[in-house]
Amino acid sequence: MIKPEDDIHAATAAADVEEPSSAVVPAPALWKPLGWAKSNLFDSVPNTILTLLALFLLWETVPPLIGWGLLHATWSVADGTAGACRDSAGACWALMGEKNRLMLFGVYPYDQHWRPLLATCIVIAMLATSAPRRFWRRELGYAWLAAIVVVAWLMWGGVLGLSYVETGLWGGLPLTLGLALLGIVLAFPLSIVLALGRRSNLPAIKAICTGYIELVRGVPLVSVLFMASVMFPLFLPEGVSIDKLLRALVGITLFTAAYLAEAVRGGLQAIPRGQEEAADALGLPYWRKMRLIVLPQALRLVIPPIVNQFISCFKDTSLVTIVGLYDLLAASKAALADPEWRPYFVEGYIIAAVIYWVFCFSMSRYSQWLERQLATGHRR
Amino acid sequence: MKSLKAFTVAAVLAVAASPAYAGPTFDAVKAKGFVQCGVNLGLYGFSAPDDKGNWSGLDVDACRAVAAAMFGDSTKVKYSPLSAQQRLPALQSGEIDLLARNTTWTLSRDTANGLNFTVVNYYDGQGFMVPTKLGVKSAKELNGATVCVLPGTTTEQNLADWFRANKLTYKPVVIEKNEELAAAFIAGRCDVYTSDASQLAAIRANEMPNPADYVILPELISKEPLGVAVRHGDDQWMDVVRWSIYAMIAAEEKGVTMGNVDQMAASSPDPEVKRLLGVTAGNGKALGLDEAWAKAIIKQVGNYGESFERNVGQGSKLKIARGQNALYSHGGLMYSPPFK
Repeated sequence: MIKPEDDIHAATAAADVEEPSSAVVPAPALWKPLGWAKSNLFDSVPNTILTLLALFLLWETVPPLIGWGLLHATWSVADGTAGACRDSAGACWALMGEKNRLMLFGVYPYDQHWRPLLATCIVIAMLATSAPRRFWRRELGYAWLAAIVVVAWLMWGGVLGLSYVETGLWGGLPLTLGLALLGIVLAFPLSIVLALGRRSNLPAIKAICTGYIELVRGVPLVSVLFMASVMFPLFLPEGVSIDKLLRALVGITLFTAAYLAEAVRGGLQAIPRGQEEAADALGLPYWRKMRLIVLPQALRLVIPPIVNQFISCFKDTSLVTIVGLYDLLAASKAALADPEWRPYFVEGYIIAAVIYWVFCFSMSRYSQWLERQLATGHRR
Repeated sequence: MKSLKAFTVAAVLAVAASPAYAGPTFDAVKAKGFVQCGVNLGLYGFSAPDDKGNWSGLDVDACRAVAAAMFGDSTKVKYSPLSAQQRLPALQSGEIDLLARNTTWTLSRDTANGLNFTVVNYYDGQGFMVPTKLGVKSAKELNGATVCVLPGTTTEQNLADWFRANKLTYKPVVIEKNEELAAAFIAGRCDVYTSDASQLAAIRANEMPNPADYVILPELISKEPLGVAVRHGDDQWMDVVRWSIYAMIAAEEKGVTMGNVDQMAASSPDPEVKRLLGVTAGNGKALGLDEAWAKAIIKQVGNYGESFERNVGQGSKLKIARGQNALYSHGGLMYSPPFK
């Protein structure tokens, strides 16, 4: 892999060699970018036109955007009304100061907001701790168990002095994070079982797994959620109702598992038959063969598609708004229902987008790092 | 895929054909101790969580009134925020006990969907907004006007129908997006802006540089009666919901307010007020409620006028005029049958 900088050095060096006798040699600091620009941006007439056009577009869009987003923006309002924003020509980031609690926590009881805040911090801290490989020990499992108990206690309450908060009131970032994390964590083992089942020699298991995967992959997530939240209760006997959040979570998990299963199957197919045959020759039973020989190799190969699926699962949680749950995006929309702040909907969506981006980008970077970590002896 | 579609159709038909007799909702609500109320995810003035996550709005007040009638406590409500697609199945399946989610009362919803509408708590309809400086007082004076309108909606159709019926001409300015449409109107590209009246009021109050420069004309050219609905199968529950809202309207007719309800109960000589507030017993027993049920509603939620002004009227950011939602005695459509 050659870095772009090396490329430039090489090109410049080549230019120097070809014209050793040029009388005037400009200062190197200026020469390099100029030379690079000449050979890459202005080397022909069409390229020159495209470069000038691109520069013109940047000039037209970037300064107004900076002016709107930074220079003329209103960062806070003193009186809690949007009056100051209405008078200014820039963005109204004051929205964030006025509406952040509703956007982040939805309709969770206001005086209890510290609970979802703390729970979110615990989960993020645990995720950060789990990231480096050297912490992958048995103790981490215990720590996660403890963290889950504490987070559940914080969110639900009802014991040890915290008031009970039903799941219908959960919302905002904790709901998005919780749905995505639990969906991913529960879907992952299920997807491995499904992928192994689809490659199984037992016809019944193979048919069930294949049928399930193809059925779920054939319908959009919205319709799965809709069936779970609208049609499903119609078939339940009167008086029996299953928690709305749980129904959405099950829907997301089942949906994600079907997609993940195909990614995992791709990994399984990439493992040479010799690996399985060697394991058979050693006399390993099926599950140990899979756990010790096949899956570690297969899963390592398919980290990119798996993380791809995780990221899309995270973003898909925003669809739960159609079943009446306030995820981060729905809570932002609810905050923008206030007619006073409605003209600043662009700012509201930008804020939500930035939060989504931070999480998705972290996942993506982590997966790249993990790939490098696990790639020992597998470079091609 | 085909079989799934067949299954869905069968399921929908099954639901439509047999509006599930859900057992007495009244008893179930009494037993669980709260009212499960279906509301909008966020429509300011009707039902929306405020900055602290507390629900408020005209529809929310309907839920609170029913809770006050049932339990003497308007806080005994749990809200189910519902999307537009979800609202009818949620009521049919028994997830919610009543639906107060700006739902237009139509014949098909009242019959095939297994719903019973009780009372209209807001009369909406398509209206016109014009700059004050034009000096227009009635939509009938809009001959030859340019009109800003969203394309491909019933709004556009209603507009064409109304102008044709009144033998007037107009030039439409059709713009796809609501925000741009408002901007075009403010910039003076059209004389008239048409949309639902409650929408016009919200835009006028919040997006216009100076709200007083614009006026919403009195005519409404379409009917959007927004009502509170219950499921088929429990007439007693329907009575409670219906009369809880009528109690608010009757209280306004009789001048009973949040502030004076105790005093009125103690000293009003009017026999109808006495029956309304349970001083003369009978109404409560007939509904299966405490005799002070209506008194609790008025004391905790207020009469209809108070609720209106607080949520969508002069006391709110919407500043909607009473119009059709005024009492019948003030030229509106709000009218309560007698409390006898």
